[in-house]
Amino acid sequence: MIRLIVKRLLIGVLVMWGAASVIFLIVRVAPGDPASIMLGPDADSEQIADLTARLGLDKPMYVQYLSYLGDVVRLDFGDSYRLGTAAMPTVLERLSATAELMLASTAIAVIVGLTLGLLAGARPGSITDRVVSAISIALQSFPTFWVGIMLILIFAQALRILPSAGAGSPLHLILPAVTLALPFTAVVARLTRTNVAETMREAYIQTARSKGLSERQVLLGHALRNSLIPVVTVVGLHMGGLMGGAVVVENVFAWPGTGSLIVDAVSNRDYGLVQAATFLIAGIVMVFNLVTDLVYSQLDPRIRLDGAS
Amino acid sequence: MTTRMPSHAGRTEAARQVTRQPSLLEVSGLVVDLPGPSGGPEIVRVVDGVSFDVPAATTVGLIGESGSGKTMTANALIGLLPDGAETGGELRWRGADLLTATPARRRALRGHEIAMIFQDPLAALNPTQTIARQVGEILRRSGRPRDEVRRRVIELLDRAGVPDPATRADSYPHEFSGGLRQRAVIAMALAGSPALLLADEPTTALDVTVQSRILRLLRSLQDDDGLAMVLVSHDLRVVAHVAQQTVVMYAGRVAERGPTNEVLHRPAHPYTRALVQSVPAVRTRTAIASPLPGTPATPANRPSGCAFHPRCPLARERCKVEQPLIREIAAGQWTACHYAEELQGVRHDPA
Ligand SMILES: Nc1ncnc2c1ncn2[C@@H]1O[C@H](COP(=O)(O)OP(=O)(O)OP(=O)(O)O)[C@@H](O)[C@H]1O
Ligand code: SF4
Ligand SMILES: [Mg+2]
Repeated sequence: MIRLIVKRLLIGVLVMWGAASVIFLIVRVAPGDPASIMLGPDADSEQIADLTARLGLDKPMYVQYLSYLGDVVRLDFGDSYRLGTAAMPTVLERLSATAELMLASTAIAVIVGLTLGLLAGARPGSITDRVVSAISIALQSFPTFWVGIMLILIFAQALRILPSAGAGSPLHLILPAVTLALPFTAVVARLTRTNVAETMREAYIQTARSKGLSERQVLLGHALRNSLIPVVTVVGLHMGGLMGGAVVVENVFAWPGTGSLIVDAVSNRDYGLVQAATFLIAGIVMVFNLVTDLVYSQLDPRIRLDGAS
Repeated sequence: MTTRMPSHAGRTEAARQVTRQPSLLEVSGLVVDLPGPSGGPEIVRVVDGVSFDVPAATTVGLIGESGSGKTMTANALIGLLPDGAETGGELRWRGADLLTATPARRRALRGHEIAMIFQDPLAALNPTQTIARQVGEILRRSGRPRDEVRRRVIELLDRAGVPDPATRADSYPHEFSGGLRQRAVIAMALAGSPALLLADEPTTALDVTVQSRILRLLRSLQDDDGLAMVLVSHDLRVVAHVAQQTVVMYAGRVAERGPTNEVLHRPAHPYTRALVQSVPAVRTRTAIASPLPGTPATPANRPSGCAFHPRCPLARERCKVEQPLIREIAAGQWTACHYAEELQGVRHDPA
């Protein structure tokens, strides 16, 4: 177990180094001179030269790269030129709102998705199964922003029972979290359904029945855990992808998280912020993947053994 | 045309056997209908009027070629048939009919009275649970205290021949060899102290040396622990080695049944004879194996009359149209062949 963690952490460090390098390259390769864009069309060439020197952009590329890596290690991505604050702390400050949103969505997706998937997969071909499948397909095919707007129209405009924008109370969390959760719920439900249905056909399920267990005991005692193994992976990987959905949802609902910050930063070429935020997201995704691997290995003894050897 | 009356045949037999020894399980006229492939409208009768008895502490061997309905018969006995299966006939457990019993009653018997070991010992074990957990499950669920369950699990593994059971108990199935897995599966089946063990091809997946050890274990369960067994196998030698009674199945029906000695050494059914001749060691040690000619009939397209007629050297016109009823051709030996007496030689029975 320890060895597995150490191994994955080492790989993680490599991945983060790769991510930092890609960010570095993209910012340099992007069209337009950062200093003149930051200063706007009114700046004269002396001001531009001055800022270029301050940003270190006049140095050779490898020098820039090394000093950039040094900064990355200290998590120092410079300042946000627009907000005038240090980039990383600014991103981190907004992160808690995003984390709140993502956790709420994941909780909804896992609880609702697992329950629906289990009910459907226990009896493939039943009415429950067909209803769940239809709902899942529908949920997955609607774009997130459209679902968000529909929910606003229904619950905020028509019924007036939930706030449509902003943060500050648990009520504010509901609509954005549900919007973000819906496609994820569908993924979890479908995957759980498939896996439960497949697991219920395994020979060891028949063995469990031959011990006199009821269908419920068979389902919960033998099929559930084994069908969850692949689901855990998908949930873990999907949580990384949830960051992408969060960017959309935060903008639709004016949710003050990293997602809306990134959109601002990108449209304003606020490189410090963009770099800090992308690096952070890469880090978060990596941590999710690590945790996924560990949970997976705990659920499946065959993996546990392989990982230790 | 055909005069198939399995339930009638079943009743007369049952009546006869009351006067003999009391049976744990009486199967009479058992029928299993499965929905056809791809959920089509046609139904396939995979088990067609099967009758036999399982007396206490006796092993009944169920043999036949692939697809002859051995597994479906065994699954019907424990009540675990595929979705959509319909059963008919009678299945009497200690005198009470199981086919008309409530699902709860049938479930209560499973594991505790009738246990089953399935063909593939790796697939039969849950890969994410330790051996101890799976062997002890039935005890745990009946509310025994933890340490008692643990003690009993180790005893059971020891009884089933798992070496060093106290340590091996905490292994996962993939850490066991094929032979050990089969032993674990047997221990698991014994956990509920059943009176009858259904064993579906218990040695097929194993290599030869392990096979004979597992067979010896099964034998000793019967001899020393008084367990009754239904042993499903397509290997005549396995059945010859372990079973006192043998039931030969063909295309979902019983071709012949009776004491193993009689059935294998004096087969009255052409199919049994062909089976026996295809295995050298059963008849004499020197005979050359003659493979069974023709292709096995399946329940899905069962020939008319006697299902064996396309492959039968003795077949004549009557066999194509009239299904032979099973009848007692010698003491305890029942054969479903119009011309059984011809193979049986001089013997005649006023059946
Ligand atoms: N789930 C199922 N649905 C429909 N038909 C089935 C199903 N399983 C088996 N059958 C059919 O039922 C018949 C009897 O099968 P069964 O498995 O009982 O044979 P068997 O004697 O055990 O053969 P084997 O030696 O191959 O295990 C076969 O013709 C098979 O095609
Ligand atoms: S009834 Fe006819 S076809 Fe069938 S086994 Fe007897 S002789 Fe052969
Ligand atoms: Mg079989």
